[in-house]
Amino acid sequence: MTSPVLSEAQQAFLNRERRHRRRVAALRLLTFVLFLLIWELCSSYEIINSFIFSSPSRVVLCFLQMAADGSIFLHTGVTLLETLVSFFLVTAVGLAGAVLLWSSRSLYEVAEPYLVMLNSLPKSALAPLLIVWLGNRMTTIIAAAVSVAVFGSILTLYTGFRQTDPDKIRLILALGGTRRDILTKVLIPSSVPLLINSMKVNAGLCLVGVIIGEFLSARAGLGYLIIYASQVFKMDMLVMSIVILCLMSAALYQGIAWGEKKAGR
Amino acid sequence: MIPKLEVKDLSYSYHTPEGETRALSRISFDVQDGEFLAVVGPSGCGKSTLLSLLAGLLRPEEGEIFIDGVPRRESRAVIGYMLQKDHLFEWRSILDNVSLGPEIRRSLTGPVREELRTMLDTYGLLPFAHARPSQLSGGMRQRAALIRTLALKPDILLLDEPFSALDYQTRLEVCDDISTIIRTQKKTAVLITHDLSEAISAADRILVLTSRPARVRSVLEISFSPEYDRPLARRNAPEFSSYFNLLWKELKNP
Repeated sequence: MTSPVLSEAQQAFLNRERRHRRRVAALRLLTFVLFLLIWELCSSYEIINSFIFSSPSRVVLCFLQMAADGSIFLHTGVTLLETLVSFFLVTAVGLAGAVLLWSSRSLYEVAEPYLVMLNSLPKSALAPLLIVWLGNRMTTIIAAAVSVAVFGSILTLYTGFRQTDPDKIRLILALGGTRRDILTKVLIPSSVPLLINSMKVNAGLCLVGVIIGEFLSARAGLGYLIIYASQVFKMDMLVMSIVILCLMSAALYQGIAWGEKKAGR
Repeated sequence: MIPKLEVKDLSYSYHTPEGETRALSRISFDVQDGEFLAVVGPSGCGKSTLLSLLAGLLRPEEGEIFIDGVPRRESRAVIGYMLQKDHLFEWRSILDNVSLGPEIRRSLTGPVREELRTMLDTYGLLPFAHARPSQLSGGMRQRAALIRTLALKPDILLLDEPFSALDYQTRLEVCDDISTIIRTQKKTAVLITHDLSEAISAADRILVLTSRPARVRSVLEISFSPEYDRPLARRNAPEFSSYFNLLWKELKNP
């Protein structure tokens, strides 16, 4: 509730804030431009070997070439599809698993040590196993990505459920509710912020899992492209793949943040 | 006449691996239809345990509870339970919050919704029907919590220190408000409180409990002349301080 007429001090404060925000934005951009410029100049004056270190112009050129024959869209699309599928699987399985653990104390106590162990296991160790079991397919990559994120997701959501105010649960019981009502009317709605946070973490972890999977078994995808490029020494292609990965992870994060804002209304 | 609520030799203990804690020991009392009973006792004496038993959230280990002469578990009577904090859900509007009871019992029909709107209107909350709980003051939130409790048309109301989370001034007002609402609706009510003046200003009778394990120490009849009918007015009545001293002594003496 701001009044239309601002006091001088308030106006000064707002101006200071605006200046600060502009400066941060300008410095961010400057850092980026400087980084590209130094990189480009170093390689064109042969201070660094552009065959090994590539350069911004060579990366752009590589992108344009691969965009012309459409192959880059295939690889990006495959990685994005695998990431999204595994992300939705992790979210669904994580939520279902947490609900299941919450529904039975005994089940949780039996499963807990296994979940903790699986959660701390380096999942890249599982990938070769999955290839043998599931074959050289997209399923393998999705399974690898799900395995990276799903156990942590279950544990986080379950902990969130357990931390719900016991009085809110008593309220539902006093109104004649069942455990199902507790779940749908209190636990899930009150865990929405936690769910979103866990989704943000999961999006990143799924991408990690997809890339691990693609390193080991794939015929398409950015992870495949990175391994292929390093084997044939096409460093421009390798760097370009990494840049696209950066953009993709930022886009995923922003997508969830956007969804959060929408849901918050 | 059969009392609305009758408690007979009620005992309850909490069990943990470390041992057993006896909370209630052979409690007996009754509440008549339309009566307002306050329960006071030293803090931690098991007052809330008593309400949880009455509300059916805990099962008695010994003893029995009757509602209209029927055992608690067979009775179809609706018991409203108001907790210390309002526990309005921030993700629901005020209207959706007060509809929670009917929604859970799958009885939220058009007429019920309309009735709830009327209740919101009566208690001055209709302009906030679509607001979020955080937009309301403490007193308004507590009134919304009362409407949520009343929405199921309870035969008996259980109040577990429902005013203690409020600041002093709001607390006096809300206590006045809510006791008057309960009285005009002729509800049977059991109020738990550690505030002696609140008990005297709201109740028809006061049940005094001992420290843990709680037993019934005494029952105090409270009556004021009719001009002091509202809780705030009672505080100005000449009898108020004598009741206070009486109650104080009851709690003080071991």
